[in-house]
Amino acid sequence: MITRDEFKTIAGNGIWKQNTSIVQILGLCPLLAVTTNAVNGIMLSLATIIVMALSGVAIASLRNLIPHEIRIPVFILIVAALVTVIDLLFNANLHELYLVLGIFIPLIVTNCIVLARVEAFAAKNPPLQSTFDGIFMGVGMLWTLALLGAMREFLGSGTILGGIDMVFPSLQPIQVLPESYPGFLLALLPPGAFILLGCMIAWKNWMQARAAERAKLKPPAPVATAGCH
Amino acid sequence: MFAPAPFLLKDVSVSQVMIQVCVALIPGIAAYASLVGPAILVQLVITTVAALVTEALMLKLRGKPLSLFLTDGSVIVTAWLIALTFPPLAPWWLVVTGTVFAVIVAKHLYGGLGQNPFNPAMVAFAVCIVAFPALMSQWPSVGLQLGLIDQMNIILGWAPRVDTLTGATPLDAMKTALKLGDSSFDISTLLANQDIYGNFAGRGWEWVAAGYLLGGLWLWHRKLITWHVPLAFVASLSLISGALWLYNPSQFASPLFHMLSGGAMLGAFFIATDPVSGCTTPRGKLIFGAGAGLLAYIIRVFGGYPDGVAFAILLMNLCAPVIDLLTQPPVFGMKDKA
Repeated sequence: MITRDEFKTIAGNGIWKQNTSIVQILGLCPLLAVTTNAVNGIMLSLATIIVMALSGVAIASLRNLIPHEIRIPVFILIVAALVTVIDLLFNANLHELYLVLGIFIPLIVTNCIVLARVEAFAAKNPPLQSTFDGIFMGVGMLWTLALLGAMREFLGSGTILGGIDMVFPSLQPIQVLPESYPGFLLALLPPGAFILLGCMIAWKNWMQARAAERAKLKPPAPVATAGCH
Repeated sequence: MFAPAPFLLKDVSVSQVMIQVCVALIPGIAAYASLVGPAILVQLVITTVAALVTEALMLKLRGKPLSLFLTDGSVIVTAWLIALTFPPLAPWWLVVTGTVFAVIVAKHLYGGLGQNPFNPAMVAFAVCIVAFPALMSQWPSVGLQLGLIDQMNIILGWAPRVDTLTGATPLDAMKTALKLGDSSFDISTLLANQDIYGNFAGRGWEWVAAGYLLGGLWLWHRKLITWHVPLAFVASLSLISGALWLYNPSQFASPLFHMLSGGAMLGAFFIATDPVSGCTTPRGKLIFGAGAGLLAYIIRVFGGYPDGVAFAILLMNLCAPVIDLLTQPPVFGMKDKA
């Protein structure tokens, strides 16, 4: 079904090499909107992982039946149906969490990470591989959003895990910096997200360049920086 | 060796230019110091030290020669402009944050001197007024006489920041009064009654602006700046403020008031004329200055911030490459529109 090497490539691509947020620069809109703290970023990524895994398996199974010319509307219909299912399931079973994430769960359908992976991977590969691709792309998004959210939260208000009490009522956010910390408001505003995301991309490229130098390989191919909303 | 005309070019180094810009700032600084006391000198020292240390760190990280770039003086001009645009009693960490951000993000991340699309000092101001709006609007009240020790204590955070220390700027006070006042409100009575206003604009601040004007004219006399940007800035600011003033003198202040308030003079002569982030063609400079003056007036009078010069110049910095592209003078001997 899936070889060890295939699995490793898919996982490596999703988590590091083709990371959605710092290499493909996809899904900037939720990235800017929800990463005001780490918890929001993690929760939205978890919901996206479920949608991506399910849409991967659904579209890969149907890929030979979908006419090529109208594939995009068909993909969107399938993704929208899945997002609606997730939305209703969250509302029914995890109502507290649903209230925290609010509008961002329905908006997963407009997140171009989902459509990009469906179009680039699930439409051309078997269901099992597509499921793993969806999961690991989501995991890549998860750690970048968690890191970005943690940095913005730390700089902006001096706390860690703000909003955790909304997900797990028994836990409380940790105030790391003293109460008198004035709060670098810019970090919580969209420009701060852009600046910190730029720093993360620079860090990733630097790591990659260093790894390439060590392995005495040719420098990596230029990363795609085409953005989508 | 053959070189094309003109043959009278002076061989001026970056450090010579920067030293003369610093000298030109001295009349303004002197008026400022006599208005608010030695606090401004303390701020100048803090920003200069912070800027030099950050510059040295960034040069070392980027593997550039330290002595060449540290002594060119460009970072000192940035530091001084930051000190002059921030409130004089701002806490030390606020001006240091602004300076570090200006040097690292606005200057070196874009490639260092000559590569920055935005004026670093204005980036520092914009970042800090967005991130710390309360502290950035605490200007010292008029007539507040504190000694060096008291001012040092406030800047270093050893003395509490008391509300009575600070008051609204002349521009801010006017905007607030206009928003609160009913239709019978009149600017001329406001100017006559409140003690923060002097002969033309804010009491004391008008002489700081005059000091910048003097230094700017000297820069022009030394041919370090051309007349285009300052004149276009002043002209467009007076044109729009004059038109609205003639239309309704009780709601809009006179052009002279706007000219001598806030950062208008500093911006027109020292910041909008930045050769790196501004325009380079003569027609482009005129458009740049006029746009900055117009935007500064609109943001200052109708916007939410106390002054609009910083944002106006940053917005025009954004347009500068396109303006330069569209206003290229024709090559000698060629027709204008090819």
